[in-house]
Amino acid sequence: MTPAEIREEIIDILEDISPDEDLDDLKDDVAFREQLELDSMDFLDIVMELRKRHRVQIPEEDYGALASMSSTVEYLEPKMRDIVKS
Amino acid sequence: MIAPNLASQLPDDQRIVITGVGLTSPNGNDWQSYREALLEKRSGVQPYEIRYFGKTLAGICDFDTRRYQTKKDVRRGTRAGSVGVYAANEALQHSGLDWENVDKSRVGIYVGVTEHGNVETENEIYVIKGFDYDTSCWSHHHNPRTVANNPAGEIALNLGVTGPHYTIGAACAAGNAGLIQGAQMLRLNECDVAIAGGTSESIHTFGIFASFNSQNALARHEDPTKASRPFDVARSGIVVAEGGCLYTLERLSDAKKRGAEIYGELVGYAMNTDATDFVLPNPERQAQCVELALKRAGLEPDQIDIVSTHATGTSSGDAQECAALRSVFGDCENVRINNTKSYIGHAMGAAGALELAGNLPAFRDGIVHPTINVDELDESCKLPGLVLNDAQEGRKVDYILNNSFGMLGINSVVIIGRV
Repeated sequence: MTPAEIREEIIDILEDISPDEDLDDLKDDVAFREQLELDSMDFLDIVMELRKRHRVQIPEEDYGALASMSSTVEYLEPKMRDIVKS
Repeated sequence: MIAPNLASQLPDDQRIVITGVGLTSPNGNDWQSYREALLEKRSGVQPYEIRYFGKTLAGICDFDTRRYQTKKDVRRGTRAGSVGVYAANEALQHSGLDWENVDKSRVGIYVGVTEHGNVETENEIYVIKGFDYDTSCWSHHHNPRTVANNPAGEIALNLGVTGPHYTIGAACAAGNAGLIQGAQMLRLNECDVAIAGGTSESIHTFGIFASFNSQNALARHEDPTKASRPFDVARSGIVVAEGGCLYTLERLSDAKKRGAEIYGELVGYAMNTDATDFVLPNPERQAQCVELALKRAGLEPDQIDIVSTHATGTSSGDAQECAALRSVFGDCENVRINNTKSYIGHAMGAAGALELAGNLPAFRDGIVHPTINVDELDESCKLPGLVLNDAQEGRKVDYILNNSFGMLGINSVVIIGRV
């Protein structure tokens, strides 16, 4: 997956987790929590969905990398570059 | 001990009244439309299909989950939670309480459930099956969804209630048990407002259908609306239903003070235990439960105007309840006996509360809705006063007695009086 495709995948996951939110104006460099109503259980949903959909494992010590869209994509790029977008 | 005192002789701050009714039933999403459906003899039973078990029948609710919840609330919570949130909000709105100014620490939530957690556990097992049972794919939402207090806790979260909340696990006697718990907590001054009754999400677990089926107790009929047929000779078992019914309960003194409309008073109740079998009911113990409720209410059997039966449409259960009723009400000419499961199926934890709500309007409209689908009355269910297939109008209704019984021999009876 390219960084753009990874971003698209994260948006898709966020649409499931936060179905009441409008994600069109999401700012990639601003923390998710400052823009969306996300709590710790929601962040675990992001981790869980990546595991289920792509078998990507994110250790707990790396959760901080999921703070914003840009940091998430940057973190996931080496883990997901070999995954073919379906 | 408070209970044995006659309700009418108690001070107003020990008398418990219903000031609001909120419900979703397979044939109505508010009290009025539910009553209309019963008077129009409209069933809520439909064809239904669930994973593994396949095609069957069920009482299915179509309330708008989004009326009181966000999409995220619905996704994160449980069906029982959504049913409860809907019913609780409706019950509070109906009560006319100035909710913004109600002290939320003085509100209690008491929700009867037959079971909870089966739906969510089955869902997770289904999900991890797709990952070769890798438990790292088991959701972190599983525990908050399956803790036994979940259906009550979701209501508390939704309403910002900080008083006590919990569920009352009482098999299919739970709807009455929730109501009784609410009344007791008001009498003990543990709360000023009780949201009490029962909920059920049971149609979303294949296990309940499969288990009843293995017990030869699951109803079948080519016409879904005729499948639930208590007292009929051709009854074949239970139609499982979902639903919820919660009441706003207050002390009479508080209800009077705010000029609330009062829909009935809990004048008597009883719970007891068969202690004889896992599933088979015990008519002697059921009769004792009814008699205890009557004694506490200070009423004779012939003062009861409507008996709302528990009968679920199983061959032995219906006959056993009728035997119990025959022993208590056999000589009573006034009493009228009906069954609401014949319309909506068996709403499990919500059944007792919903069936009572179906009858409460009789205080005002004087109509006893009938048990439908009785083409040929089973000899073992014959009772004087059975209202079959056609409503009886023009009745003066002062007292309604509501039966609700469950597995492991749990029995509950409430008596509601006109105020």
